Amino acid sequence: MHAELDNSRAPAAWLQPLQAIAFFVRKTLNIAEMEMRKLRHEPMDLLTRAAQPVLWILIFGQVLARTRAIPTGDVGYLEFMSPGILAQSMLFISIFYGISIIWERDLGIIHKFLAGPAPRASLVLGKGLSAGVRGISQIFIIYPLAYVLGVKLDFHILSLLGTVFTVLLGAVLFSTFSLFVAIKVKTRERFMGIGQFMTMPLFFASNAIYPIEIMPGWLQAISRFNPLTYVVDALRTLMLEGGQSHFGLGVDFAVLILVSALLVWAAGRAYPGFVN
Amino acid sequence: MNVIETHALTRQFGDFIAVNGVSLTLHEGEIFGLLGPNGAGKTTMIKMLTTLLPPSGGRALVAGYDVEREAAKVRRSTGYVPQLLSADGNMTGYENLLIFAKIFDLPPNIREERIRALLEMMGLQDSADKMVKTYSGGMIRKLEIAQSVIHRPKVLFLDEPTVGLDPIARTSVWEHIQRLRNEFNTTILLTTHYMEEADDLCNRIAIMHRGQIAASGTPQELKASVNGGASLDDVFAYYAGTALETGGSYIQTSRTRINARRVG
Repeated sequence: MHAELDNSRAPAAWLQPLQAIAFFVRKTLNIAEMEMRKLRHEPMDLLTRAAQPVLWILIFGQVLARTRAIPTGDVGYLEFMSPGILAQSMLFISIFYGISIIWERDLGIIHKFLAGPAPRASLVLGKGLSAGVRGISQIFIIYPLAYVLGVKLDFHILSLLGTVFTVLLGAVLFSTFSLFVAIKVKTRERFMGIGQFMTMPLFFASNAIYPIEIMPGWLQAISRFNPLTYVVDALRTLMLEGGQSHFGLGVDFAVLILVSALLVWAAGRAYPGFVN
Repeated sequence: MNVIETHALTRQFGDFIAVNGVSLTLHEGEIFGLLGPNGAGKTTMIKMLTTLLPPSGGRALVAGYDVEREAAKVRRSTGYVPQLLSADGNMTGYENLLIFAKIFDLPPNIREERIRALLEMMGLQDSADKMVKTYSGGMIRKLEIAQSVIHRPKVLFLDEPTVGLDPIARTSVWEHIQRLRNEFNTTILLTTHYMEEADDLCNRIAIMHRGQIAASGTPQELKASVNGGASLDDVFAYYAGTALETGGSYIQTSRTRINARRVG
C-alpha cells in the first residue's frame, strides 16, 4: 500500500466488499451453528436416516449384483451403486429439508430472523450447510457397509475430503432447492405432495443406480440437466479405487457450485415474501 | 427526539388497503400502544416498521433511518417480538440468547455478561439450560423479549406480547417491559387487544380502525374525549365502531388459538 496523503477514505473503499463478505460468512456460520445445536439435541434424527441406504445396498444392491442385469463395465454392481446410494441418501435428507422452515414460519421464528441484521442469503446458506452436515453423516454409514461387502474404496485422504466436499455441496444444492420450493408453496401439505413428486425423477433420471448409456435418448438428455448426475459422477470418481469421471471433476464441481450459488441467491430473494 | 416517524404510511394488498395514510410520532423512551380490532392494520404497521414489508406509499423513519432505503440500519437498531412464537423450542434458553447475540455481532466478552444479566432480569436463570419446549407461556414470552433486546435496540416492537397468557404471567411481562424502558430508555411500540394493558402500560395510545388512526392521545385524554369518565373499553367501542369482540378471519382466529395453546 502506498502511504498516500489523502488515504483516510481509501482503505474503507477497498475494505467494504471484504467486510461485507466477512459479515456474510459470519452470519452463515451463526445460522449453521444454530442448526447444529438443534441437531445435537436430537441425535436420533441422524440414526433413523441410516436405515434407508442400508436397505438399498443390502437388498436392492445384492439382488442386482447377482443378476448382473445392469451393464456397469469393469466394476461390479455393488461398487457401481455405492456412490449412487450415498448421493441418494444425501438427496432424500436434503429434499425434505424445506419442511422445517415451513414449520418455523408457522411458529414465527422466521419473522424474527428476517427482522434481524443477517442477510437473507446467509439465512438460506446457513441452513444449507447444516443439511450438508446431515448428509456427511451418511458417509459414516455407507463406507463401512460398502467396505464389508467388498467394495474397493479409495481411502486416500484427498479422495475422502473430496467425497465430504461433494456431499456437502450436493446437500447445499438440494436443500436450498427445497427451501426455495417451500418458500413458494408455503404450506406443509402442498410441500409434501411436491416433495414426493420431486424425489423420484431426480433419483431415476440420474446415473445413481444405472449408467446413463442404458437410458433412452430423451432420458439421457434430461439426466444431463439433473444436478444429481454430477454429484454421482464426482462421488464415483472419488470413492472408488481407480474411479473414472465421465464429465471430469472440474465440470462436476463447476456445475454444482454454480447451481448452488444461483439457488441461494434466488431463495434469499424470495425469503421475505415467505412471511407476508 | 422522535424515534419513530411515519408520514402517510400506506400498504395495499391488491384492492384491500390494510394501512391507509398513517402518520405517527413516537418520542424517545415512551411506551406506545397500537389498539384496534383484528384486521385494523396493526400487524401490517409493525411489519412495515420492522422492514419485513415494504410500504406501498408514504414513508417511515425508525431510529432515524428510512425503512426502505436504510433497512439494514433499521434492523440493527430495533428489536422485534412477533405475535407468533419466535423462540426455538429445540434449543435451550441460553442457546436461544447466544445465537441472537452472535447474529447481532456482540463481541464474546460482552456476550456472556449480557446473556447472564438478561436471564437474571427475566427471572430465567434457573431454566437457562432447559429446552425451551419445556417452558411455560410466560417464560417463553420473557425469553423472546430478552432475545430481542440483547443488542440494546433503540426501539422495541411487541406484537400482542401477552396474547394467550394467564393474568399472572401477563402482569409479569408488563413489569419487564416497564423495566426495559426504565433501565435502557428503550422506546416501545406494542399492539394489543387488552384495554387494561393499554391503560396500565402505555404513555400514549392510538386506536386503529380500518387502516387509519381513529384517535390518539394519552389514555386519560382519550377517556376524557368520550363523555368524561368513560373506560377505555368505551373509548375503543366509540372509535373502532365495535366492541372488543370482533371479526377476524377464520385463519386469523385459528392462528390466534393455536398460538394461545402453544404459549398457554
